[in-house]
Amino acid sequence: MNPVLTIILQRLALGLLTLLIVSFVIFTAVNMLPGDFAEALLGQSATPEAVAAIRKDLNLDQPFFVRYFSWLGAMLTGDLGVSYAQLNFQSNMGASTLKTVADQIAPRFANTMFLAGVTACIAVPFAVTLGVLAALYRNSVFDKGVNIATLTSISSPEFFLAYILVLFLAVLNPLLPSIANIYQGISFQDRLVATLLPALTLTLVVTAHMMRMTRAAIISLLASPYIEMARLKGISPLRVIVKHALPNAWAPIINVIALNLAYLITGVVVVEVVFNYPGIGQLFVDAVKNRDIPVVQACCLIFAGAYILLNLAADILSIMTNPRLRHPK
Amino acid sequence: MNTLLWIIVALAVVAALGWAFRFAGQMVTGNKPYFRDMPYAVSFGFALGAALFVGGVWLYLQPPANEAGVPRASVVFWRWAVHFLIVAAIAAFIFRLLGRAVGTQASRKIFRQMPLTAAFGILVILIYGFAAVFAGLIAPYGQDQVFSAANVVPGGDPALGGNPDFPLGTDQIGRDILSRLIYGAQNTVGIAFATTLLAFVLGGSLGFLAATLRGWVDQLLSRAVDVLMAIPSLIFSLLLITVASAWVSGTGLTIAMIVIIAVIDATRVFRLARAVGMNIVVMDYIEAAKLRGEGLGYLIFKEILPNATAPLLAEFGLRFCFVFLTISALSFLGLGIQPPLADWGTMVKDLSAFINYAAFAPQIAASPLLAAGAIALLTVAVNFVVDWMLHRSSGLKE
Amino acid sequence: MSDRPTLVEMRGIKMEGRSDETWTPIIKGVDLTLQKGEVLGLIGESGAGKSTLGLAAMGFTRDGVRISEGSVTFDGIDLLAASAEQKRALLGKRIAYVAQSAAASFNPAHKLIDQHSEGPTQHNVMSKAESEADGMELYRKLRLPNPDEIGFRYPHQVSGGQLQRAMTAMAMSCRPDLIIFDEPTTALDVTTQIEVLASIRDIVEEYDTAAIYITHDLAVVAQMADRIKVLLKGDEVEENETREMLSNPKEQYTKSLWAVREFQRPQKPPVSTDATPVISVQGVTAAYGKIDVLHDVSFDIHAGRTVAVVGESGSGKSTTARCITGLLPPRIGHIELDGNTLPLDYRQRDKEQLRQVQMIYQMADTALNPRKKIGEIIGRPVEFYMGLKGREKRRRVEELLDQIELPAAQYFDRLPSELSGGQKQRIGIARALAAEPKFIICDEVTSALDQLVAEGILRLLADLQDELGLSYMFITHDLATVRSIADEVVVMKDGNVVEQGPKTDMFQPPHHPYTDLLLSSVPEMDPDWLSTLLAERGADNIGDAAVDKMA
Repeated sequence: MNPVLTIILQRLALGLLTLLIVSFVIFTAVNMLPGDFAEALLGQSATPEAVAAIRKDLNLDQPFFVRYFSWLGAMLTGDLGVSYAQLNFQSNMGASTLKTVADQIAPRFANTMFLAGVTACIAVPFAVTLGVLAALYRNSVFDKGVNIATLTSISSPEFFLAYILVLFLAVLNPLLPSIANIYQGISFQDRLVATLLPALTLTLVVTAHMMRMTRAAIISLLASPYIEMARLKGISPLRVIVKHALPNAWAPIINVIALNLAYLITGVVVVEVVFNYPGIGQLFVDAVKNRDIPVVQACCLIFAGAYILLNLAADILSIMTNPRLRHPK
Repeated sequence: MNTLLWIIVALAVVAALGWAFRFAGQMVTGNKPYFRDMPYAVSFGFALGAALFVGGVWLYLQPPANEAGVPRASVVFWRWAVHFLIVAAIAAFIFRLLGRAVGTQASRKIFRQMPLTAAFGILVILIYGFAAVFAGLIAPYGQDQVFSAANVVPGGDPALGGNPDFPLGTDQIGRDILSRLIYGAQNTVGIAFATTLLAFVLGGSLGFLAATLRGWVDQLLSRAVDVLMAIPSLIFSLLLITVASAWVSGTGLTIAMIVIIAVIDATRVFRLARAVGMNIVVMDYIEAAKLRGEGLGYLIFKEILPNATAPLLAEFGLRFCFVFLTISALSFLGLGIQPPLADWGTMVKDLSAFINYAAFAPQIAASPLLAAGAIALLTVAVNFVVDWMLHRSSGLKE
Repeated sequence: MSDRPTLVEMRGIKMEGRSDETWTPIIKGVDLTLQKGEVLGLIGESGAGKSTLGLAAMGFTRDGVRISEGSVTFDGIDLLAASAEQKRALLGKRIAYVAQSAAASFNPAHKLIDQHSEGPTQHNVMSKAESEADGMELYRKLRLPNPDEIGFRYPHQVSGGQLQRAMTAMAMSCRPDLIIFDEPTTALDVTTQIEVLASIRDIVEEYDTAAIYITHDLAVVAQMADRIKVLLKGDEVEENETREMLSNPKEQYTKSLWAVREFQRPQKPPVSTDATPVISVQGVTAAYGKIDVLHDVSFDIHAGRTVAVVGESGSGKSTTARCITGLLPPRIGHIELDGNTLPLDYRQRDKEQLRQVQMIYQMADTALNPRKKIGEIIGRPVEFYMGLKGREKRRRVEELLDQIELPAAQYFDRLPSELSGGQKQRIGIARALAAEPKFIICDEVTSALDQLVAEGILRLLADLQDELGLSYMFITHDLATVRSIADEVVVMKDGNVVEQGPKTDMFQPPHHPYTDLLLSSVPEMDPDWLSTLLAERGADNIGDAAVDKMA
C-alpha cells in the first residue's frame, strides 16, 4: 500500500483512540462526584420526580463500565442527555416540552463556529503575511516592532484586549456593538456586525501566536542550503520564494494555522463571556457555575473533539505535503 | 463607508509618499546601492511608519477637552499611554545604567548587553515582587475592608466625585481599589508562582526520569501525557473545577484550583523536560558516565540537570505567564481565586461596567483597565525577559 | 597557462563576521587572481576562511558576513559595485557553485532535472526541452548510472555521491566560465569520493572551465588544481604551481602540513600464539531492532597492541564498539576480557569490569560535560574507581594532566568551552586513563581535528601505549591513520569482517578485492595519482560501480 496512505490511516486510528480515551477521562472525572450529588445539587426546590429522573439518567445502580459504554453509545447517537437545570425547571413549572442538551447546544455550536470562522478569515491571512514579512526583513525596525507588539498581545489576557477594543471601537467611537446580540433569524450582515468585536479580540490573540510561529518557520526555511543554492543560481527573489521556499513552507505553515485554530477553542470561552456572545463557550461556563453535569460533559467532549480533530488535520496535511513521503524511494 | 474611504485614501497617500521617498533618496545620494536596491515594500514601510508617527504626535498635541469642557477621551487615553511609555522607557534606561554601574563584574557584563525591553522586564518583575511580599505594609487599607463610600471615582478630585482618601476610588460595595490592587499582587502572583513551581517539580522530575530510563516508563508516561494534552487545558481545568466544587468551596476551592492547574500544566513541563533530557542523554558524556557505572541519581542531578537549567528557566517564565493568565481567566469567569482574597481577574469582572462611562469621564473607565493592565504588564515583563534569555542562550543572531 | 586572460581578480579583500553585536575579521587582506580555464586550489584548516573567500569571489556573502575592504572583479565587472540585478545575471549563468552537502542543497520538493533546467531557462540560455536533453548528456559524461532516467527522481531518492555529480551537472548547465567547488567530496566515503573527483576533473577539463576548488585535503587538491593557495586564519600563507608547491613548500606552516603524513610507528613483532588476548570478540552478531547489522564478527586484541578497525560509514565499526562496551548486547556470540566472558549488558558488569574497558570519543565537544570543570571531569573516575578524595585526588588529576602534556595549574579550573579541540580530546584521553584501564576504544578520535593537531594526539596515544602497556581498538575510516598507528588491521564492510591481519600484510598485495579498492581509493599527494589510477583500473572500475561488481 502507498506508505503515505498507511501513515495517514495510522494517524486517523490514533486520533480516534485518543478521542475514546479522552471521553473515558471525562466520564471518569465526572463520576468522581459523590453519589447523592444530584439531590444536593437541586437542593430544597427539587421535586422527587426530578431526583428520580437524574438517578435514572446517571444509572447509579449499574456498574461503572456499563454506565460508561451506555453513555458513550448515547453520545455517538447524538443523545447528549437532559440538562439538570431543564429537569428542575420542568418539574417545578410543569412545562410539557423538555429541551435536551443537544437542542441547547446545536444553535450555540453554530454561533461559535461562525465566530471562529470569522476570526480565522481575518487572522490567518493577516498573520501569515506579517510572519513572512517579518522573516524576510528580520532584524529590521519593522521586525523588532512586530516582535514587541506580538509579545505584548500574547501576554495580555483576552479580557484585557476585549475591553480595550470595546473602549475604542464601541464606547469612544461607537462603530460596533459591545454586546453581541444574536437572535433567531438574524440577517447575515447584522450577524457579522455583532460578531466583529469578539472576532477582532480573538484575532489579536491568535495572530500574535500564528505570526511568531510563521516567522520562526520561514526563517529556518530560508536558512536551508537549497535556498542559498537557488540564490546562487541567479534566480529572482520572487521565484526563490514561490518556487523554492513555498513548496517546503506549506507543512510548517499549515501546522501553525491548525495549532492556532485549536488554540482558538480555549480563547472562545472567555471572549464569549465578555461579549455575552451566545456560543458554546458561554453555555459551558454557565453550566460549570450551575454544576449542570450533562451540559459540562457534552461541551467538554465537543471542545476536546474539535481540538483533537484540528491537531490531527495538521498532522495529516503536513504528511501529505512532505515530498520525502509523497515520493518514496 | 466613509471610514473605509478615508482609509483607502490614506493608504494611497502613504503609497505615493513611499515611492517619492525612495526616488528622492536615489536623487540625493547619487543612486547609492542602499536606495538603488531598496525594494518598494521597504520604502512603503518607512512612509507608513512616518505617517503613523506624525499622526500620533498630532493626536497627542490635541486639547484634552473641547470648548464645553467635556473631555475628549481618545486624547486623554492616548496621552496616558504615551506618558506611560515614556516613563517606562526612562525608568528602564536608568535601571540599566544602574545595573551597569554597580554589582559584580559578571552582573555588569550582563547589563551591558541587555536590550531595553529586558531591563524594563526585570524592573517590573522586581517591583511586583516587592509589592507582593510587602503588600500588608504598602496597602493603605485591608483587602476586604468595606467603607461606606461606594463607587468613589478614581483621581481623588472631589469636584469629579473622587475622594483623596481613595486615590483610585472604591468599588460597588465600597472597598479601596488601590489596596485591592496591591493585595492582588500578593494573591494572584503568589498563587500563580506556587502553581508553576508545583507543576515544575511534578513535570520536571517525571520528564527527566522518562528521558533517562527510556523503555516502558517513558512509554507509559508519554502516552498518559499525550491523552491529557489532547484536552484543551482551560476546558479540562473547568471540568475538574466543577467536580472539585462539589466537594469544597471558598479557600478550599482555591487550593483545589492550584492543584488542578499544576497537574494539567505539569504535562507541558513533562514534554519539555523530556525533550531537553533526551537531547542531553544522547551526548557522549552521558554514555561515558553510564559506562563508568554511575547510578540514576548521579546521572540526573550531576550530569543532566546542570545542562538543562537554561532552557528550563526560560520555560519557567513562559509557563508562569500561561498559568498566571489561566488563573486570571478563571477568576474573571468567577471560577478561580475565591473571595475574600482580592484578585485582579475578579476585579476586572466586578469593575467592567465602568468602561461604558469612558466617553465623558475617562478616569472612571481606568479602574477596570488598571487591574487588567496589571496582569498584562507582568506577563509582558516576563515575556520580554524570557525572549532575551532565549535569544542569548540560542547564540543565534536571528 | 600564464598568457591567458584574467577572469577573476580579488584585491586586498578584508571580510568581517558579526558575533555579539561586534564585527570581527575573518579574512584579513587576501589577493586572488584566476585566469580563464585555470583551477585554483584553496586549502586550509577549518576556520581558515576558505568558503567565505570562495563565496566572495562570486560577490556573495552569507548573512552576518560582510566585505569591509577590497575589490572583486569578474571579467572586467566590478562585483561589489554591481546592482543586485546585474549580479543575478551573472550567477548561475557565468559563475556557478557546487556546495558541500548536495543532499541539503537540492530542493527536496522538485525533481533533479527540473532543478537542473531552472538556471538555463531563467537565464534564457536554452529552452526547457533543450536543457533537459543537455542535462542527460552531462549526466552521461559524469558517469551517472541510468543518465536518461535519474533526472526524474527526487533528491532523496538518489545516493550522496550521485547527487554530488548531479550538482556538478547543474553547475555546468549554462556552461559557466567559473565554478566554485566548496568541499564537494568531504562528506563522502573514500571509494565514492574517487568517482566524483574523476568525473569533476574530466568535465572541467572538457569545457575548459575555470574553477576554485576549496578543500582541507591536500591529496585531493593535488589531483584537481593547477595552482594551490594556502590560507591560515584568514591570511594567505603562500601560493604556487601545484607541483612546485608539493615538492618545494617555502613557508614553515606549509611544510608542517606536508610533514603530517610521515609519522609512522614501527611494526611490532607478532604475538606468541598461546598468549591470552586482552579483549576477544567471539562470533558476535548484533541487531538494531530486527535487522542484523553485525554478522559473526571475531577478532582478538593483545596486550600493548593496537588493532585498527577500518571501514566506510555503515560498515559496523562503531556497532562493534558498542557490543564490546555492552551498550548493545550481541544477539549471538560474546566478548572475553583476559579470557573471562563479560556479561553482555553493561548494566550487569561489575565496577572492575567496567573500569578495564574505557572509551575515547570522536566529538570531544559532546564527550565532555560542558558544565563541569576539567578537574571534576578527570577527578570523577579517580574518585569513583580508586576511592581517592581531597588532596590525593587532586594530586592524581594533576599527574594525569601532566601525562597528556597540559599544565595542571592552568587547566584544573577551566571549563571545556575554554579549550581548543585538540586540548578537549586530550582531556578525553585523561578521563579514560584515570580509570587505569587495560583497554581503550578510540572511536574516530582524530577525524574531527585538523591534521597537525591530530598528529599530536596520535603521538601522545602511541607514547602512552609504550609507557602503560595499553591495548587500543582504533576505529577509523582514514587509512593514513591506520598506517601510522596500527599493529593489526580489521577491514569491515556491511557488518562483516572482510579481512584481518598484521599491518604490514595489509598494505601489501595480494588482498581481498574490497581492501584493494579501499586502499587504492585513498588519494595520495602525487599529482599524477588519479590519472595513473584511472589508467590502471579504468573509469568504470572505481567507486560504487566497483563495489556493485563485487556483490
